Amino acid sequence: MAVLVIADHDNAHLRDTTEKTVTAALKLSGDIDILVAGKGAKGVADAAAKITGVRKVLLAESDELGEGLAESMEALVVPLMGSYDAVLTPATSQGKNFSPRIAAKLDVAQISEIVDVVDASTFVRPIYAGNALETVTSSDAKKVITVRPTVFKAAADGGSAKVETIPAPAKPGKTHFVDQKLVKSARPELSGAKIVVSGGRAMGSAEEFQKVIEPLADKLGAAVGASRAAVDAGYAPNDYQVGQTGKVVAPELYIAIGISGAIQHLAGMKDSKVIVAINKDADAPIFQVADYGLVADYKTAVPELMAALTAAGK
Amino acid sequence: MKVLVPVKRVIDYNVKARVKPDQTGVDLANVKMSMNPFCEIAVEEAVRLREKGVATEVVAVSIGPQQASETLRTALAMGADRAILVQTTDDLEPLAVAKVLQAIVGKESPDLVIMGKQAIDGDNNAVGQMLATLLDWPQATFASAVEVSGKKAKVTREVDGGLQTLEIDLPGVITADLRLNEPRYASLPNIMKAKKKELAIEELASLGVDTKPRLKVVKVTEPPKRSGGVKVETAADLVSKLKTEAGVL
Repeated sequence: MAVLVIADHDNAHLRDTTEKTVTAALKLSGDIDILVAGKGAKGVADAAAKITGVRKVLLAESDELGEGLAESMEALVVPLMGSYDAVLTPATSQGKNFSPRIAAKLDVAQISEIVDVVDASTFVRPIYAGNALETVTSSDAKKVITVRPTVFKAAADGGSAKVETIPAPAKPGKTHFVDQKLVKSARPELSGAKIVVSGGRAMGSAEEFQKVIEPLADKLGAAVGASRAAVDAGYAPNDYQVGQTGKVVAPELYIAIGISGAIQHLAGMKDSKVIVAINKDADAPIFQVADYGLVADYKTAVPELMAALTAAGK
Repeated sequence: MKVLVPVKRVIDYNVKARVKPDQTGVDLANVKMSMNPFCEIAVEEAVRLREKGVATEVVAVSIGPQQASETLRTALAMGADRAILVQTTDDLEPLAVAKVLQAIVGKESPDLVIMGKQAIDGDNNAVGQMLATLLDWPQATFASAVEVSGKKAKVTREVDGGLQTLEIDLPGVITADLRLNEPRYASLPNIMKAKKKELAIEELASLGVDTKPRLKVVKVTEPPKRSGGVKVETAADLVSKLKTEAGVL
C-alpha cells in the first residue's frame, strides 16, 4: 500500500511533527511519499526529502496553500488519493482544520489523533480527554488519519528522495485570507519543546505569572505552558494552554507550578518523560502523576529553584 | 438571517469517564450528562448574534436518544428559538452526523451554522469541517471572534502559535473554540419559557441518510496509569535529582 504524509511546516522550516508522522506511517507501509503544500516552501521540501524511508516529495505552491486554507488543501489532496491507500496528517491546528474535509470528500471516516498503529486497518486513539483508549478497525478502502505526533519518535534523516513539483488547485471562491498574527517568541514552540514550565491558577495574576513562570522557563530554555484555569482567569494567553482543550505536549521535562492537576490538564501532559510538580497542597492530584513532587509555596520554591539551577551551572 | 446550531449531549465536563470492565466502551449508566461545552459556546454566540439584531432566528438541532431533548431544552433556555431532535439510539460517527446535518440544512436553509469544534466524548474534531465540505460551504474553524456583516463573516481563528483571520461568504460553517465567549447560565424564568418553545422530533430513518458505521470498535481500554514518584524536600534536592537521577538537565 502507498501512504501520503502531509508535511507540517511554516513555509520556511519543516516541523518535527512531520518526521513523527512518518514514523507512524512506516508502521503502515514502506511506500511513503510526503506532500509539502505551501508558498516559497522549496527548502521545506528539500528537508522532507532527507527523511529516511521516504520515496518522493511532492511540492505544490500557491498563495492559498501558503496561508493554509482548508478548502485549498482538500482540493489539492483529494485528486492525489487515486494513487494512495492512506493519508496521514499531524494533528496540529492546521491538520485538524483540513483533514476531515479530505475524509468527507472521499466519503470515508476520519480516524482522529491516533497514538498507535495495530495493523494497516486498526488504530488506537484517545477518547474522553485521554481517559480511555479506543481501538478501531476501519472498513473504508482509503484511510484518512490524523496522528498525535507527541507519541511517535521522529524518523531519522539520511534519505535522498527526489522532489517533484505538482500543480496547485484553483483559488477557493468563498474563503478569503485576511491576516495572520503569530506570536514572535525567542522560546521554543510549546508542542515541540524539550522542557515545558507551566503555571496554574495559584499565580493569581498575569503579572505574577510573567514574573514567576517566564524567568524560570528562560533559564531552562523551556517553553511556557499554562493550565486551563490560568488561561480562563486571563493570567496566560490561550495558546499557552496545555490540556485536552489546548495543546498536548510530551517533553522530556514538564514542570507544573501551582497546578492542581485537573483531568483535562493531565490529558495534555501525562506522556511527558519526567514530571515535576510544585504545589503547596500535598493532596493535589498532580502529585499522583509527578515523578518528583515538591510540597511548597511556589513563592519561595521558585526563587530557590532558580538559585539551585544557577548553582548547578544553569 | 437564520442560524442553525447543532448541539450534542455528552458526559458532563466534570465527570471522569470510566471504562467498562468488558472493554466495550465507557460506562454512561447513571452518569451526569450535559451539553458539550463547545456546543454551549456555539449556542451563546448564535444567541448573541440574534440579540445584536444580526440573526433573526436561532434553531438548535441535536441527534441522539430521547434524552437529548433535555440538551435541546437547555439550548432553548439559553435563548434558541426552536429545536429539532433527530431521534436515534445509534451512536453515529462524525461523517454520519455531518450527513444528517446536511439533510437538516437542506430542510431549514440557514444562512450560518455555528457549532462546537469538538465533542468531549469522541474527541474527533471533524463534523464541522465535514459538513462544510458536503455542503460546499466555506468553513472557519476554531473561532475566537466572529463578526457578521451582510453576507460575510469575519472570523478570527486560533491556530498554533497565534491567530488567523478569514473572511467567508455566507452561507458558511463556523466552529467555536473555547475563547469565543463565556456561555450564560439559563435563568429560571428562561428555563420555564423554554418548556413552551417548539421542539420538533424527527426520526433518523425518515431522513433517508446513510449512517452506516465505517469503524468497528475492537475494544476500549484504560490508558496506562502513571504512578506517582517521590517527594523531594528542597529545590536544591530537586535540581540534583533531575540532573543525576533523571538526566533531564
